[in-house]
Amino acid sequence: MVRYFTRLRMRRIYKWGGRPYIFDRKLKSYGFEYLNMSVEGQEAVTTVTPGQYILIEGNDDEYPFVAKLLKFFGDESHKQKKALVQWFLRLSEVPQNKKLLLGRSPHPQEIFYYLGRACDNEINAESILGTVDVQHVPEDTPFPEPGTKDTLYVKLSWDTKAFNVLDPVLMQDTPASTPPKPALPLFPPCASPTATPVSRGPVRRALPTPDPTVMRRAGSVSDTRATMSAGKRSTLEAESIHSASKLSASKILSAKRRGSAADTPGVRKKLQLSIGASPGKKMTRADVLCELLDEEMESEKVISLKLSSSVSHSLQHGCSLSPMRSGCKTPNGQRRFPWKLSSISLDRLSPTALGEQDLSSDLLLAVIPLALEDEVFEAGLPTDAGSANTPKKRQATPRRNYVREQKATTPSRRKESAMAIRKPALGVLAEEDSEDSPMQPIALTPRSKRKSAQLVSLRIRKQLNLLDNTQELISDGDDDCFVPSKKDLQSSSDEEKTDSEEETRGRNCKTSVRTPCKTPSKKKDLQSSTDEGKTESEEETVVRKTRGRNCKTSVRTPHKKPSKKVTPSTPRHATPSIPSRTVPARQPGNILEEARARLHVSSVPESLPCREQEFQDIYNFVESKVMDGTGGCMYISGVPGTGKTATIHEVIRCLQHASDMDEIPTFRFIEINGMKMTDPHQAYVQILQKLTDQKVTADHAAALLEKRFSNPAPKKETTVLLVDELDLLWTRKQNVMYNLFDWPTRRHARLVVLTIANTMDLPERIMINRVASRLGLTRMSFQPYSFKQLQQIITSRLNKVKAFEEDALQLVSRKVAALSGDARRCLDICRRATEICEHSTSHPSSAGLVRMNHVMEALDEMFSSSYITAIRCASLQEQLFLRAVIAEFRRLGLEEATFQQVFVQHRALSRVEGLQPISVSEGLAVCQRLGACRLLLLEASRLDMLQRVRLNVSQDDVLYALKAVRD
Amino acid sequence: MSKRKVKETHMPVGECISQVQMILRERFCHQRLPEKPVGMESQHKHLLELLRRTAVHGESNSVLIVGPRGSGKTMLLNCVLRELLEVKDVNKNVLPVHLNGLLQTDDRIALKEITRQLNLENVVGDKVFGSFAENLAFLLEALKKGDRSSSRPVLFILDEFDLFAHHKNQTLLYNLLDVSQSAQAPVAVIGLTCRLDVLELLEKRVKSRFSHRQIHLLSSLSFIQYLDNVRSQLSLPQDFPDTNFYDEWNDGIKVRHFSSYPQLVDVLQRHYNSSKDFRSLHLLLMLALSRVSASKPAIKPTDLLEASRVCMVDSKANILHGLSILELCLIIAMKHLNDIYEGEPFNFQMVHNEFKKFLQRKSHSIHNFDKPVVIKAFEHLQQLELIKSMDSSTAKIQKEYQLMKLLLDHSQIMEALQKYPQCPTDVKQWAMSAFG
Repeated sequence: MVRYFTRLRMRRIYKWGGRPYIFDRKLKSYGFEYLNMSVEGQEAVTTVTPGQYILIEGNDDEYPFVAKLLKFFGDESHKQKKALVQWFLRLSEVPQNKKLLLGRSPHPQEIFYYLGRACDNEINAESILGTVDVQHVPEDTPFPEPGTKDTLYVKLSWDTKAFNVLDPVLMQDTPASTPPKPALPLFPPCASPTATPVSRGPVRRALPTPDPTVMRRAGSVSDTRATMSAGKRSTLEAESIHSASKLSASKILSAKRRGSAADTPGVRKKLQLSIGASPGKKMTRADVLCELLDEEMESEKVISLKLSSSVSHSLQHGCSLSPMRSGCKTPNGQRRFPWKLSSISLDRLSPTALGEQDLSSDLLLAVIPLALEDEVFEAGLPTDAGSANTPKKRQATPRRNYVREQKATTPSRRKESAMAIRKPALGVLAEEDSEDSPMQPIALTPRSKRKSAQLVSLRIRKQLNLLDNTQELISDGDDDCFVPSKKDLQSSSDEEKTDSEEETRGRNCKTSVRTPCKTPSKKKDLQSSTDEGKTESEEETVVRKTRGRNCKTSVRTPHKKPSKKVTPSTPRHATPSIPSRTVPARQPGNILEEARARLHVSSVPESLPCREQEFQDIYNFVESKVMDGTGGCMYISGVPGTGKTATIHEVIRCLQHASDMDEIPTFRFIEINGMKMTDPHQAYVQILQKLTDQKVTADHAAALLEKRFSNPAPKKETTVLLVDELDLLWTRKQNVMYNLFDWPTRRHARLVVLTIANTMDLPERIMINRVASRLGLTRMSFQPYSFKQLQQIITSRLNKVKAFEEDALQLVSRKVAALSGDARRCLDICRRATEICEHSTSHPSSAGLVRMNHVMEALDEMFSSSYITAIRCASLQEQLFLRAVIAEFRRLGLEEATFQQVFVQHRALSRVEGLQPISVSEGLAVCQRLGACRLLLLEASRLDMLQRVRLNVSQDDVLYALKAVRD
Repeated sequence: MSKRKVKETHMPVGECISQVQMILRERFCHQRLPEKPVGMESQHKHLLELLRRTAVHGESNSVLIVGPRGSGKTMLLNCVLRELLEVKDVNKNVLPVHLNGLLQTDDRIALKEITRQLNLENVVGDKVFGSFAENLAFLLEALKKGDRSSSRPVLFILDEFDLFAHHKNQTLLYNLLDVSQSAQAPVAVIGLTCRLDVLELLEKRVKSRFSHRQIHLLSSLSFIQYLDNVRSQLSLPQDFPDTNFYDEWNDGIKVRHFSSYPQLVDVLQRHYNSSKDFRSLHLLLMLALSRVSASKPAIKPTDLLEASRVCMVDSKANILHGLSILELCLIIAMKHLNDIYEGEPFNFQMVHNEFKKFLQRKSHSIHNFDKPVVIKAFEHLQQLELIKSMDSSTAKIQKEYQLMKLLLDHSQIMEALQKYPQCPTDVKQWAMSAFG
């Protein structure tokens, strides 16, 4: 199910200015002095010259990317427009886990000089939005008053690892501030009604242009919007940095940077882990696609007729952009307004603002049409404005299908259309029961009034019905990555859509929010959609396991339904499953139960506190290997309960997410555990089974894996292999370990092996040289948690459930940190303390905080040795026997005696105590009972009287326990 | 058997006795759970609460029940399980899996047993298909697929938990405890063991995954409570069919009957001193019960005394009573050797010399046995394990020169001699003399 937010879109026209000079003779590239930007339909021209700071279009209109322009260049034809830039980063583009490195709260207008290598500094000049003012602020001076919203401040530089003080020299070579030029939202009288394919294609990059029609419609509500947005302004700025809007900003950054560096997909910037990414890696076939689409367009009479109307054309431009925009929309309906951008462009716009338009509406429409649109959607305002903006929404499935439905001749086309068919089928399945199902809009949309459109939609539906039954559905948000083809641009007759329809559509739209494609040029969009289509099915299988988790961020309920469909398993294979319960598990009832549930080790926390550094190191290691397509080994050690496995799982989760977002290539994660196999050689079997799902014997599996990892294969993805409890894979010849570490060194293996064990020196201790050498020196050790960390772990798990006294928590964490630093232990004690607390009060509901005494009791229970209690509770003869043992030890001066010797003492002692002496058989029975409890250590009982006896407790403990009994 | 008169609920004595035997034997042989576990209320509550949370909330847990043999670990657990299964919600929702370290001696067998009891899909009839590795993978996969709220909680009950810790790599324990600490199907791992140091047996990774909950069953029963227990164990239940017999029986074991026999109290005290657990008490009472018959339809204190005598008797002294004079003489010779050489081992030749010396000097009644006959007697003693060879490699050395040790205490020998029927006085004197 795909729906597109369409938005008002300015088309910008970019023209080289000045004299071209030959920049590189070999490549035949030309340098240019400046770039003229004009908005279609308006006369004003903005000139951008190298040295200025520019805003570059990103997915997030609120925070476009910032860069300093270094150079313009292009090819002979002057059609290719490129620019060299020096990037600046906003804080939101810095990876989440590195933000803390800043060490202070960032200024809202602050940007960072980017020193990393990962971003390609060559961009498409047509993604330039305009200029911006950037000021360098020396390190110790405070930021100026944040009065002017359009000025950004740079103080520090960021080299992907740390923030450094920015060398002023870097900033000096250009004028620090370029006054914002008047923007250009003027209607060009020459707005070409017959837009050439070229202008439709590559120029699509252009920014939204206010469309007169839409603006007129929007005008009526623009006031409301303006006020609304004004009201939000304050809240917006306070918005959490976690908000998806910002995340998406960096996503776009990555997308764009990658896009501009199309030939070197490996070069990418390390970006935030939890953000979306855009597909669109390859541009190679973009041209072909464009042409194909153009041909189609010509064949579609109705649509091409519509083309002639420039108004609708530009509107549809907006439409085609919108889906991408919608992709970066937060699923939870968080509102955000591109205030900074808008205020920047306010300056630009104001001189030339259209008289008949309200200034603010103009602004919003011109610069942030999308944000507006989203707002309207989500607010569900059935206003005129809605209708003005909403035509874009209608572009969803039908249009795209329509386009895709055209039977193309090239294979890529076919693929695309196949995918297009699948998508709606999905949607239909998912929403069969709902009236809002995307199928209805297909029939209802004004677009479908056109005959051809109706025909097509009919065809689609027929196919869908077939597909419903037969097709295994691909149900993922990636569907949304499909971008409408150029056809979308041509139809414009749908403004008459009814509000109600739009709302339903809007609702549908909201459900899918993962449209991570936003690339600098339309070509790329198209390409990316096909790429996505091709890779999707493979990706699906790989990442399906982890999808569930990722889904959390996106509200895609209808999509999920089909994915739950269980593929019928072959009958000869039994499915491993535990019968499900008849009565669902009860949810925690009170605070203590809630706390207990949270404190259970199994409850996976959102993030792992106190392991940031380790996380980062592992993440970087794996990410770099995955990106480069190389292999490597890493050895991780640490005592149990220090979060080794959990951290790696967290890393993998993040990486999976990143690969879902297409920031990094897809990879496969396989986990084996030495403890979970019966024999070290089973490792082969398990790895192979997880890789290829085939079941073979260990030897055969080893051979197959060997082959797999040593031979080159096209489209091989990286495999990340986690080997937990490595020490158990030890064999005499160590061939399992040898292979595991040898495979990554193969040229074509693309295998990353992460190994976990407890001891730091395992490689030295148990591995023979050739194995240890292959493991390499990438080692990491997890230190036991300190008490502060333990406390933080508990606090973060409790997550504001107030169940513990502060002191009580501290006691637990200090105690555990002193003993082992095992987080599991710590959590278990806390859990036990809640139980004690619950039982100590008569009414479970009135149970209050867990206090010191409860914690003390739990600690006692878990840590205190039971030997002394056991001795105290032993029978009289047993106690007597223990005393006899000690007496005999003292007599002999040894810590060992035979039963016979002890028994003599025992008899003497019982005479002293005035007890009837027991027989040897009884004495042996007593001795055996003590031995069974392991208060005594005994030899095998067949030695009878000659078996040697030793104490398993210290003599002092025994005497102490016995003394207390007598007193 | 005559007809039973329903009105007076009177039954003939014989039938009453058989009823009593049945009821009490069930009790003493642990075939019927007591109404309520005695003396372990807090442990009972703790365990019940824990298992209920697993059953109802799907919370995974692990717990060890530790207590000496016969302290009622299994009884407690069974009581808790019975109580738990009486709860309606829980009844159909839990899957108990019983394992015993003495039966499932390695992980392969244990896995098959778990799979069989869970009745997973690779079980057909009573057979579990697949290899060890497959079974493990299958079980783990099954547990992994489950989740907290939807799958049925599995209660793994591991009797003789310490023996599982001796399995190779502790694979089974690791996996069970790992499941209990991760978001998989809810499980409760309940271990029963008598070893106090059981945690030291666990490998560090296994130990870390164990929740360290231990329920200790250490009875601190006083003698008065012990006596009460004896009475309650002997008394008949309220719903006994014959009321008259019921009254008579229960009167017979009242306090005054007990206290009027100081001997009986002494005997019970002795038992109490020796061990407080129920199992040894049950053994005593069982012996007493077996003396009850239609002609003697009540447990008398004398029965208990006799039973106690049987219980307390020294097993080796009994064996000595069955020896021949020659064998007894050899034992005495060994005793003297032990005295002379301070417990150093001896061989047959030494014993034979000692025996011959005795024959030459003092004996009037004992014949001079041939050496082969003496060897035969010596071997018999070895078979009875009254003497034990100290050499591990028996084959190398000639029988006569194998070093042996006596597995008898002096007191046992003297006691046996006192009771030995028609023991020649010269043998007795030889035994009592300081040196042979």
